[in-house]
Amino acid sequence: MNRRERIQEQLQSTLSPTHLEVTDESHMHNVPAGAESHFKVVAVSESFAEHSLVVRHRLVNKALKGEFESGLHALALHTWTPQEWFEKGGVAPDSPQCMSGSKSD
Amino acid sequence: MDALERIDQEVKNNPVVIFMKGTPQFPMCGFSMRAAKALSECGVPFTHVNVLQDPEIFENLPRYADWPTFPQIYVDGELIGGCDITLELHAGGELKTLLEKAAARQETAADEG
Repeated sequence: MNRRERIQEQLQSTLSPTHLEVTDESHMHNVPAGAESHFKVVAVSESFAEHSLVVRHRLVNKALKGEFESGLHALALHTWTPQEWFEKGGVAPDSPQCMSGSKSD
Repeated sequence: MDALERIDQEVKNNPVVIFMKGTPQFPMCGFSMRAAKALSECGVPFTHVNVLQDPEIFENLPRYADWPTFPQIYVDGELIGGCDITLELHAGGELKTLLEKAAARQETAADEG
């Protein structure tokens, strides 16, 4: 299983999301092919309703602790309730392009 | 003073501080750039720490607040999050309010000496 699939599986079981997108954006950065270093997650879950944004991100970071310890470098993270997702038109912002500041370059 | 103490001082002594890659003028990472830009747009002065210039802080910041990525933005001694949260708060107008409150509290504290 590659990192994208592992992230998908971990978040699926932790968050019970109604919508989950995991995208490998490593190619947008100055890292070797197949680096699996930069990812974007859009997670929509009713369970977020009781949590602030910072707590929601902590939940995701905690679920992915093993990935961070094994080479996951950057995570663009969009964590919404179904209502918030609807209000945003179901679209998450694009992640920024690389500016070569990664120490793992 | 060890790195965690130095980080703690930056966080406690500044109403708004961003730990970022590069500087607001010369950002070295797209996430850091966007977060610093959002802070700038609020018109409240903020402090930055360039983690690329300080290997000790670079190594230790993730465990300071148990947050694995850069940038990290602290307001009033508290981690508000990274780039995505800062942008989301900015889009909703809450970021400016947060920063203005933090700056005002800092001034009051200074007056009381």
